[in-house]
Amino acid sequence: MPIVMDRDRVSRTLTRIAHEIVERNRGVDQLALVGVRTRGVPIANRLAALLLTITGHQVPTGALDITLYRDDLMKHAVGPQPIVRRTEIPFSIDDRHIILVDDVLYTGRTIRAALNALNDFGRPRTIQLVVLVDRGHRELPIKADYVGKNLPTALGETVQVRLDEADGIDDVSIERTEGGPA
Amino acid sequence: MSETASRLRGKDLLGIADLDAAEITLILDTAEAMKEVASRPIKKVPTLRGKTVINLFFEPSTRTRTSFEIAEKRLSADTLNIAIATSSVVKGETLIDTALNLEAIAPAIMVVRHSSSGACHLLARTCRAGIVNAGDGTHEHPTQGLLDAFTIRERKGRIAGLKVAIVGDLLHSRVFRSNVLLLTKLGAEVWACGPPTLTPPGLEQLGVHVTTRVDEAVDQADAVMMLRIQLERMQGGFFPSLREYFTVFGMTPERVRLAKPDAIVMHPGPMNRGVEIASEVADGPASVILDQVTNGVAVRMAVLYLLAGGGENEAAA
Amino acid sequence: MKLLLRGARLVDPASGVDGIRDVLVDGDRIALVAASIPAEAAAGARIVELGPALVVVPGLIDMHVHLREPGYEHKETVATGTASAVAGGFTAVACMPNTNPVNDNASVTRFILKQAAAADLARVYPIGAVSHGSNGEHLAEIADMREAGCVAFSDDGRPVATAGLMRRALEYTGMFQMPIIDHCEDRSLAGDGVAHEGFHAAQLGLRGIPSAAEDVMVDRDIALAHATGGHVHLAHVSTAGAVRAVRDGKMRGARVTCEVTPHHFTLCDERLLAPLIYDTNLKMNPPLRGTIDREALLAGIKDGSIDVIATDHAPHHADDKRVEFDRASFGIVGLETAVSLALDRLVHAGVIGLGRLVELLSVNPARILKIPGGRLAPGDVADLTIVAPDLMVTIAAAGFRSRARNTPFDGWTLRGGVAATLVGGRVVYANVAVPQAAGLAGRAS
Repeated sequence: MPIVMDRDRVSRTLTRIAHEIVERNRGVDQLALVGVRTRGVPIANRLAALLLTITGHQVPTGALDITLYRDDLMKHAVGPQPIVRRTEIPFSIDDRHIILVDDVLYTGRTIRAALNALNDFGRPRTIQLVVLVDRGHRELPIKADYVGKNLPTALGETVQVRLDEADGIDDVSIERTEGGPA
Repeated sequence: MSETASRLRGKDLLGIADLDAAEITLILDTAEAMKEVASRPIKKVPTLRGKTVINLFFEPSTRTRTSFEIAEKRLSADTLNIAIATSSVVKGETLIDTALNLEAIAPAIMVVRHSSSGACHLLARTCRAGIVNAGDGTHEHPTQGLLDAFTIRERKGRIAGLKVAIVGDLLHSRVFRSNVLLLTKLGAEVWACGPPTLTPPGLEQLGVHVTTRVDEAVDQADAVMMLRIQLERMQGGFFPSLREYFTVFGMTPERVRLAKPDAIVMHPGPMNRGVEIASEVADGPASVILDQVTNGVAVRMAVLYLLAGGGENEAAA
Repeated sequence: MKLLLRGARLVDPASGVDGIRDVLVDGDRIALVAASIPAEAAAGARIVELGPALVVVPGLIDMHVHLREPGYEHKETVATGTASAVAGGFTAVACMPNTNPVNDNASVTRFILKQAAAADLARVYPIGAVSHGSNGEHLAEIADMREAGCVAFSDDGRPVATAGLMRRALEYTGMFQMPIIDHCEDRSLAGDGVAHEGFHAAQLGLRGIPSAAEDVMVDRDIALAHATGGHVHLAHVSTAGAVRAVRDGKMRGARVTCEVTPHHFTLCDERLLAPLIYDTNLKMNPPLRGTIDREALLAGIKDGSIDVIATDHAPHHADDKRVEFDRASFGIVGLETAVSLALDRLVHAGVIGLGRLVELLSVNPARILKIPGGRLAPGDVADLTIVAPDLMVTIAAAGFRSRARNTPFDGWTLRGGVAATLVGGRVVYANVAVPQAAGLAGRAS
């Protein structure tokens, strides 16, 4: 299980991304962070904390569950049905610059679902995408605006992101599995 | 904290009798997420888009049917409401024939309410579509039981260890049966109270305390659930008059005071004010009757999602 | 035409016989029964080696069947019903009058007998209605029906409606020494119930028929039997209370007899829950009762309180059963499952021996209805059943001779079955699964 990013590396990467966000948006005016469940949420929260340190402003942060928007819900597939969790976006997204946050960008379908979901919440001014890892193999024309690390992978591999808030440890590793995109 | 299942077994929801505690918890947890959809400006998610859900009601019902209909529409399903007036005198098309004819339009799910206990089981055996029991005779009304449990859990944080009193026509109430099964599976202490003529045999075998004294049932209860009295029961000679029923079994403010100070009062609706429940109680601060209705939509969305939220067999993603 | 059945066990309690015997049939009569019949006596006879694994008994008699003809031929006819009977080992059946029109007069009785003669399989003894149309108001023409061939009277399907009518009926038939057969059910207690009133029906939301509905009428009928000296035969008893009342009534000298069905001594109401919940093939009247009741029935079978096993064979078209439980017709078929259930659940289970079983299925029905049969002594009519007590049988409803398939026992594997059935010396059924029966098959219909 080769570790490609350790705790230190994750931390520096997120700091770098936070600075990039500020730079590209010329500040944090009208910005809001929306983390895609599950691991996009702690990353979004960390970015919010970093942005607060950098700018002194609290950027509104929400959590988005995209299960109900997935295009691949398979009845009686092998394995458990995806659990639906609460979406919590306690602010209006109209006219905001939404920073969508996820841990791994892969086929792009999760982000496609997230875009559809956000569409039902309102009409943001812009949507930008932060991912900790881009592992390639896109199936849709989706690209990230801010990438922590580009990690070329084979189809038979999976990228594991572990975060302190969920897993008690911070790291990114690559594992071998069978099969292609889920 | 009970474990949660990862999926529901089977294609149907026929009764609480077929669910274990883990599956019940899964439904309630999913309903929480579904409830949030109702607070959005656009109260819709695309999950059942392109799926057809048929509401096949052989008994008239406005509230349950509209609740299911809203739930289905919020999940973007195509809904079809079919109300069939049946009479034991008019023979007409058999239940099975009616259902099989509807299968021709390939519904993912049929939500069925019927006056015969076991009607949904018969359909589940015969039809490919998933069958959701919206009330079969005097047998079960599982989504009502689930929304009642959801409401209790929402208000009290848990179900295990709570004292829940259920008062009314225990014999004929499918709501009672579903609730008893569900509450005992989740570890609540259930007290059932009603006239002896309306109490089914063997309740103690379900782990339920049985009493004919309302005061005893309601004493220090965390939740009090009133069941609807059907006026035909008076004609059937089960009790002498509605006035007497209210005097002996009705939920009055005095009786509510015997429960815990933060107790909730519930009713599946529609209410007979002044028969099983006093207006002051129905409209009072302890009443969660309207929450039950709201929660009904969320619970039904959860059930529909868990039964049909995947692809149809032929349409792999 | 002579037929020699060699080497089987003969169980004929009316003759006091239980052992290996040869049986010589000549024409339609029993000619000779002996431990070993010499060749000269059997000259010209067709010889069939049965062997000790098979048991010859007096022809079984089912005194409670519904043949449905006239009026409900889509469910069953006399022809298909009697074919079903002989396949089940029965040489005679008594058929209930709830046909359409009701058998409340001599011409319907004669029609049924004509159909039976045409089918030429099991003997048919019609039971006539007690009241016109079985409406419970006026006595039907009992003497006339008796003349035409009825052997007993009943309003089955319904109870004999009032105590007053029951009294008159018992008095009237008393002059002929014939029994009134009553389906004991107080309608005001039973209401529109569909299952035994108890925990399981309540769990399933099914309206209950309380045991008391049967018990109050059993008590009524026994009291009237005492009062009139008439003979009341209680159909399909199902409750512990009924068994107790019969035992008590007999002890005190009432002329009461009763019967039990195989489904009542085999199944209980908990079966409604599993393996097939709401199975309409578990819906009958009286309903399957609780464990205590079933145990009381077994005790009654054992101690003689219960006189007869009768199937209450109630064929229904699939359309009448493939509906909601409330709407399904009451009743199941029984002719082709009775012997296997009796052998497996009574004899092999150690409740009773074969001798007692023969009393329940042959001797007593013959005695109660005063019809020929129940014994295989020389000179007796050669109605006999050859039973294979150790044959493993899997019930297959699809293969029933009955027109109907409504049985809850489909797929059951039971120990014990029928090898062959002979009526009047003629082989009317031979089971191809039994090798020794093949020897008889040449003459089977």
